[in-house]
Amino acid sequence: MSGTTEQSPSPRDVGFSINRRQVLIGGAGAASAAALLAACGSDAKTTPATTGGATGGTTAGTTAATSGAAAGGEVTFGSNYSDAKPKEAMQAAIDSTGLKVKVNTTDHNSYQGNITNYLAQPDDVLCWFAGYRMRFFADKGLVGDISDVWSKFTDFGDSFKTASTGNDGKQYFVPLYYYPWAVHYRKSVFAEKGYKVPTNKAELVALATKMQADGLIPFAYANDGKWPVQGTFDILNMRVNGYKYHVDLLAGKEKWTDPKTKAVFTAWAELLPFHQTNANGRTWQEAATSLEKKEAGMYYLGTFVATNSKDQAYLDDLDFFNFPALDDKIGADALDAPIDGFMMAAKPKNIEGAKALLAGLGTAKAVDAFLKIEGASVAANGKADTSGYNAIQKKSQELVSKAKNIAQFLDRDTSPDFVSNVIGDAFAAFVADPTQVDTILKGIEDKKSTYLS
Amino acid sequence: MSSSLTLVQRKPGYSKPLRSLTYAFLTAVALAWMVPILGAFYSSLRPYAETQRKGIFSMPDSLSFKNYGDAFKQGGMGGWHGTFANTAFIVFPSIALILLFSSFMAFAVSRFTWRFNITLLLIFTAGNLLPAQVIFKPLFSFYEHVPWPNFLSDTNTGHLLGTKIAVIIIHVAFQTGFCTFVLSNYMKTIPKELNEAALVDGASVPRQFFQIILPLCRPALAALATLEFTWLYNDFFWAVVLLNQGSERPITSSIANLGGQYFSNDNLIAAGSMIIAMPTLAVYLMLQKQFISGLTLGASKG
Amino acid sequence: MSTDITSPDITAAAPPHRGRRRRYSQLSRSDKVWLSLMVGIPSAIHIAFVWLPAIGTIMLSFTKWDGIHLGTWTGVGFKNYWTIFTVFDDKFFPALFNNLILLVFLAACSLVGVLLAYLLDKGVRGSAIYQSIYYLPVVLSLAVVGFIWKSVMYSQSQGLFNVGRTTPIDFLGNSQKLFEFHVPFLSFPLGLTKNFAALLLAMAWRHIGYVMVLYLAGLKSVDPSLREAASIDGCNEWQTFRRVVFPVMKPINVVVLVITVIEALRAFDIIVALKEPIGTTVLGVLVKNNLTGEGGGQVGIGSAYGVILLLLCLGFIIWYLINNYREQEL
Repeated sequence: MSGTTEQSPSPRDVGFSINRRQVLIGGAGAASAAALLAACGSDAKTTPATTGGATGGTTAGTTAATSGAAAGGEVTFGSNYSDAKPKEAMQAAIDSTGLKVKVNTTDHNSYQGNITNYLAQPDDVLCWFAGYRMRFFADKGLVGDISDVWSKFTDFGDSFKTASTGNDGKQYFVPLYYYPWAVHYRKSVFAEKGYKVPTNKAELVALATKMQADGLIPFAYANDGKWPVQGTFDILNMRVNGYKYHVDLLAGKEKWTDPKTKAVFTAWAELLPFHQTNANGRTWQEAATSLEKKEAGMYYLGTFVATNSKDQAYLDDLDFFNFPALDDKIGADALDAPIDGFMMAAKPKNIEGAKALLAGLGTAKAVDAFLKIEGASVAANGKADTSGYNAIQKKSQELVSKAKNIAQFLDRDTSPDFVSNVIGDAFAAFVADPTQVDTILKGIEDKKSTYLS
Repeated sequence: MSSSLTLVQRKPGYSKPLRSLTYAFLTAVALAWMVPILGAFYSSLRPYAETQRKGIFSMPDSLSFKNYGDAFKQGGMGGWHGTFANTAFIVFPSIALILLFSSFMAFAVSRFTWRFNITLLLIFTAGNLLPAQVIFKPLFSFYEHVPWPNFLSDTNTGHLLGTKIAVIIIHVAFQTGFCTFVLSNYMKTIPKELNEAALVDGASVPRQFFQIILPLCRPALAALATLEFTWLYNDFFWAVVLLNQGSERPITSSIANLGGQYFSNDNLIAAGSMIIAMPTLAVYLMLQKQFISGLTLGASKG
Repeated sequence: MSTDITSPDITAAAPPHRGRRRRYSQLSRSDKVWLSLMVGIPSAIHIAFVWLPAIGTIMLSFTKWDGIHLGTWTGVGFKNYWTIFTVFDDKFFPALFNNLILLVFLAACSLVGVLLAYLLDKGVRGSAIYQSIYYLPVVLSLAVVGFIWKSVMYSQSQGLFNVGRTTPIDFLGNSQKLFEFHVPFLSFPLGLTKNFAALLLAMAWRHIGYVMVLYLAGLKSVDPSLREAASIDGCNEWQTFRRVVFPVMKPINVVVLVITVIEALRAFDIIVALKEPIGTTVLGVLVKNNLTGEGGGQVGIGSAYGVILLLLCLGFIIWYLINNYREQEL
């Protein structure tokens, strides 16, 4: 994949930062005039929206830059991209808008755990996820309506608009990229041992059994932090019961004690012996390393699995396939592909600037700049430049575009409160001892009403 | 250490086998105690690619301090808005205020008779022992709604929430209890005659406090400063829940910055851990003697 | 140390201070103002920022509130407590039991700390070095302690405790119970999980050094002539400690006991630093998760957990304070 990602710092240093400096110098002069304009009257409000992101494609970035100057002043931006590379990628995306942005980076985990506290005092624009997790805050009035920004977007497909829409029908979210969850494997291992990509349950079980016989752990597995195995539940529920049931269950409309729900856990228990043991005490990075070291044959995870390695030979060897159908009537046309993006504070200090920034971040140019450095996810913007995609990215895009239904991820599709206080422990307990399934499911159902009512 | 030498002579000695046994035990414990830290230190010297392949505890191909430089940079530790500076801006004013207020309190309750003497001391000591997360939510809402002028903070939030002042206040409020307790015990050991004599000389209350009592409390103040430095420096609960700007967060958050959402380099985190541990260790080693003597009198002469 | 003006000898020579303190009414006006400020400012800060929020939490525990907009809470009486004891019983009671285990364990660690302090106090060459090493973990941030134990010691793939094992042990993830027993009113057994036991080791590492230093500080103030007298009277080592040193150390003993109990009840940060594996939850973690977690949280339930923790702590605090101030004028 990313010969480009590896060398990414240099093009950015040379290209983007110079670019940014020029824009800033230019912008500084325009700022005072813009402030005057803004002071003139109410049409200042519409200025950024009309220009920002209106045309889409590569030209939109420059337009957004102009409008940024028109919006005047600094926009504050709350980021949870704290790792070195994603941080740099996010900075590149912001720089591409040409706006004067003050970035507030906090570490990924505490940002997430602390989000409600943070929203008491947010930056103008902030990073977040699509799904229930976004709609929850929209319902509470903690994030701002950006329907007018959306009315100018032309590059996003309908599914992205839906994913950005709150329960009240207004838009609250601007998507940047997504990544699918799929079964990762090393092409060389499959070639060497003559394995075939499975397309149904029988083939999957046969493959896993063969791998075991060959001394491989069929599936690498980890659950440190108590979220990774939620992916397993999602995909099994979508394969066993279908997308609709999955979403209804997570919305609290179906019961966790329902036999249909239990069937998911039965399937899970059947596959568990093919998974790496002691998952609860392993980080996904460690599990990814066992795939890299050829100790494990497959790993079901988001495509971010690749970000854990710096070995180019391994990354080139990495491939994935869609989790096979378990039930032919249900098929395999649904999957988790979480979307990451941005929200606006309910009362941003600089509302024009915030909307201009969101418009700018919604352009193909912004996501291109981001992915050029990040090199693992897929652009949400339909006009993004896909020519630089590596094999995994191309395949991700293809997989998701073929899917009929896209879920976000368990902790994004239901009350995160419920997930962190109930589901996380319950699934971890199941992975540790699948025989306790009835007690565990009853426990979830009993506690559900506290969180989803 | 001269003190330990004199102790050797003064105290009743061991029989020889018992002495060897004691040394063996103490050394064994000390070695066991060092293992986790040495392990982390060893890890911090090794490059990621190598430990990824061979594990942390393998023979090294190369050792270097490169991770330290990287951790310092990536953890955002340096500079005026780095995590070290943030910690300093929180910890030093806090300690100064804590020691000032608690010596005020201790002086007033231990050198004068009040009707509510003991009640106050009870409230202070009990308050210090409350779990922090239990008072979090109301305090948060309070901070959120108390206006705070921007010129008194560097965050421009308009409210107390999100400012370092907010963190300093809660540290002062919490820790003053413990220090008052220790200092009042300590001050009780200072002969009353000193006060009486001062009074005859016509010394006012502030004069008695600043010129007579406070200087005598130096060992206890040093001990408390050491302890408080360790505690406040290491706090990450209040810093994370009250400071929403990454650029305001203290040194403890640097570990999380290195932690990694995706790529996780344990050697880098180990190096970061070592850097973070250095100041508290240095303070302890510097003040070790005062630390022991200061606590001694305060705690055991109640 | 012994030349210091505040050394124990002088104190011992000083007359008892009861009744010798000055009355407030004898003071001049400006002195009164000074004293009022000296007491008033710290008290106001302490009460406003510690006790008022604590009372606020007690009140919130009787409400349902998402924690977002002030005033949107509704009173629900004791419902939150009822929910905790019935619906969340499989979270609450294991957490409480873990706190209890922690208490017993830390008490045992305190004894080890006392032993180390005692041995060091007897005059050991290099005492300062031993002290520093034992105290080392205490100065480390819990984020650092968490990292060291999780990644360097316990990790399945690279941890020191797993070096050379063909089947690595899952120290932090394995929630199987080492022992368990049934309680009549609970539908599930309580017991000590393996990963909590592993976690205890990391806690011992910190706690022992802490107690060692406190106790050593106390021992330094014990008049050496007391011990000499005891040994002349024919007391052996243990008798001297038991009959002479330990009783003199009563104030320090109380401090150590209280620290042990409070630390056992309040503990949460190291478990959070290790990402709260199942089976390792304690009350402090439940409070934190319900009050500060993502999604606004169940402030009512979180506060109710908090109040339970508060009551447990306060019980010990009150006992401690009575013990500490009993001999003083009240």
